Parts: sequence; C-alpha cells; structure tokens
Amino acid sequence: MTSHAGISINGLNKSFGETSVLKDISLDIAPGERVVVIGPSGTGKSTLLRCLNYLDRPDSGTIRVGDLTVNPAKASRSDILALRRRTSFVFQNYALFANKTARQNITQALITVKGQSKADAQARADEILRETGLADKADSYPAALSGGQQQRVGIGRAMALDADLMLFDEPTSALDPEWVGEVLDLMRRVAEKRQTMLIVTHEMQFAREIADRIIFMSDGQIVEQGTPEKLLETPEDPRTQAFLRRVAKTGS
Amino acid sequence: MRALDFAYMWDLVPVLLGYVPLTLFMALVGMFFALILASVMAVERVFRVPVLDVFVRLFISFFRGTPLLVQLFLFYFGLPQVLAFLTTIDGVTATIMGLTLHFSAYMAESIRAAILGVDRSQWEAAQAVGMTQTQMMLQIILPQAARVAAPTLVNYFIDMIKGTSLAFTLGVTELMGATQKEAAGSFLYFEAFLVVAAIYWIMVEALSFAQRHLETYLNKAYAR
Repeated sequence: MTSHAGISINGLNKSFGETSVLKDISLDIAPGERVVVIGPSGTGKSTLLRCLNYLDRPDSGTIRVGDLTVNPAKASRSDILALRRRTSFVFQNYALFANKTARQNITQALITVKGQSKADAQARADEILRETGLADKADSYPAALSGGQQQRVGIGRAMALDADLMLFDEPTSALDPEWVGEVLDLMRRVAEKRQTMLIVTHEMQFAREIADRIIFMSDGQIVEQGTPEKLLETPEDPRTQAFLRRVAKTGS
Repeated sequence: MRALDFAYMWDLVPVLLGYVPLTLFMALVGMFFALILASVMAVERVFRVPVLDVFVRLFISFFRGTPLLVQLFLFYFGLPQVLAFLTTIDGVTATIMGLTLHFSAYMAESIRAAILGVDRSQWEAAQAVGMTQTQMMLQIILPQAARVAAPTLVNYFIDMIKGTSLAFTLGVTELMGATQKEAAGSFLYFEAFLVVAAIYWIMVEALSFAQRHLETYLNKAYAR
C-alpha cells in the first residue's frame, strides 16, 4: 500500500434548517488508523461522514487531507472534487451503480476518475473481486446480487480507489442478519492492511476487534474517545455509560 | 355504395412505398436532433442554470403551447421574410426543424422527470467516487433515466412519424402528398387514403415491435 496522508478536521459545523447536527467537531486521524464512531441514532455520525466528502456541505470548519485543505467558505467545485478523490465511501444502502455490472462498478471510477486504461482497471477489478470472494459474480448486475454481495462490491469499489481515508456509513445496518458476517469479514481484511478507516457502526464486538480508537458521539458532539478497552469498559461520561448499557441490553 | 377497387389499391402500394424512405428520413433526423436537444434541456432544467433556465422554460412553453402546423408555417413561410440570408427554406428542412423543436419540448419534460426519478443513491455514489458532474450525468444518471423514459420517447417518435405528413402542407411530396396527388388523379379517395393509412399503421407497428426489444435491452441490468 502506498503511503497515505493523515486527516485533520477542525471546527466542523453543520445544521439542517434550525437543527444543529454537528457542533464544532475536531478530529485528527493518523495514516493507517482505524477509527470507529458509535452513538445513539440521530446524533450526526452519518452527517459527519457525509461532510468529510462533501455529500453534505459543512457550514463551517476545515478538512485537511495531506496538502489539501477544504473550507466551505471558499471551497470551489475542484476543491470538492479533489477531496472526494482522496476519500472513498461505503454506503449503508450499498448504492451500487444499478446500470453497471459488479466489475464495471469497480472499473468505472478507475477509468473515468483515475484515467486508468480499461485493461488495467479490469485487472485490478478482477483482483478485488477475487479478494472479496465475488470472482464468479463479476458480470452480474446489482439487482441479481444478495445484499451481502452488493455490499462487498460496494466495499471493493471503495478499496479500488486506494483513498487516504475510507468512510463506512453503517455498512451492515441495511443487511439481513445472515449477510452481516461476510461483510464484517471483508472489512476486517481491509483493516488488516492498515487502510485508514472511519467507520460508523452499531456492531460493538466488531468495533472492539478492529478499532485503534472509538469515538462516542452524542447530540452532534464528540463526547469522549479512547482505545476500545478504555471507552467500552471504563467510559467516563454518563452519556457514554448510558448508551453502552442500552446497547448491551439489546445485545447488539 | 360501391365496391372497393382492390386492383387500384394493389397497384398503388408500390408507388406509395417509394415515399416511405423520405418519411422515415424526416422522422429519424428529427428524432436524432430532438433527443440531443431534449437531453440538454432536461439536464439544464434539473440543474436550473441561471438565465439559461428562463430561455429553456420559454422555449418549452412555446413549442408545447402552439400547434405543430403553426410552427411549420412559421418556419417555412415566416422565417425567410425576417432572416435576410434565408431567401427560401425547403419544405423538408422546415419540417425537420419543426418536428425537432416541437417534440424536443415534450421530450425534455419526459427526460427531466426520468432524471429526477433516478434514485438519490446513484447520484451520491457517483459523487463519492469523484466523478465530475458531466461524467456522472453521461455514465450513470442518463443511462438509467433512458430506461424510464424509453416507452414515452418511443411514443413521441411514433407521433413524429405521423407528424411528417404535415410536410404535405409545405408542398413536399412525401407519403401524404403523394397519396393526395394519386387520389386527385383517380378520384378514388377512399382507396388511396386507406392504403396510406395502412402504410403508416404498419410502420408504427414495426416500431412497436422494435420497442419491445429496446425495452428488453434496457431492462437487462434489472432482471433478477
């Protein structure tokens, strides 16, 4: 894996109408670090991820990836494009290109965005499809794939971009329980490569296994953060404690 | 009541079939330009480009709001009077222009609706992988919108084929004009127009057959 830049988020704010969803979020992520974000629903976890590649444009605050700094006050279309090209995104609902086969979903950006030749892109896509266990599904369209298979292609598409930061927005939340395992397995393999990852998930066991750091968010703020052991076993903030108790009860 | 003159009808068929290529030519060229123009206008309407949007809306409003025949007369008889460099405009060109502009206005609205019907996740995924807006529209959004819009667009094409018959009013001897001339010579109006109606009908039916194949092709990605 080529050397990757670190990420630095400074004073990020985002409101939808009157509702303030992100409040002054600052966060540094080191190259190769795997960070998991947990917290109650509707506390801005997904919005944080979506702001990091400007699917939602923040109201203020800067995002720095390597030598690129993007500030919503003056971000041009090309700044946003550059930021998106240094990040990759795995969607909760997979969001595979419905008119493209599994292989084309992976080659699409390699060809149009990275300017690779069709042959190179296909070779890379086939490599990734093998890695994700989907070699025999290369020519299948998303509609013919199970949820688990679609999400593995979704992760493969993001892997292919070799981004400085891979963003995972609740990648297993929309899956039938039977498919969750295979998707988490693939994410584990991505994590083993020391790919920089920022993951929003409700899978606590998985978070404990792969995270270097867990962040607890509530009401649009980072309440506390630390190693999995520290945050999950000796949380300091009452809100973290209450959340973890609730999660433990429902068994997820 | 008199009996139909089948022998006359039989002899008329090959004569009229000779004009089918001109009819198809006008419809196909018109459809080609209308599709391009309509797609551009549809994308503009989705993004609402400042200033341009006013013109596109005005264009669509005018060409949907006035009869095709009026538009054809406007181009054929009117334009040469106001545009000095156009001493005359030939009837075929005026018809193609009229069909293009008229139907592009309708088609733009269908394509716009189809674009807006493409799931939000498709736009976001294209943005997330770093595609430019043009790449996103050409590679992801428009191909998916095409599938939704196809049945409606084929309907407009059918309308356009039949609309070429209006070229007759501009003095073009196309299928309709030729029939009129033949009938005027033989006084067998019923027979002549029955034959030409059958020819239009068969052309449209052939197109409906092609439509089914087109839809199967466009749906191949969505079969389970």
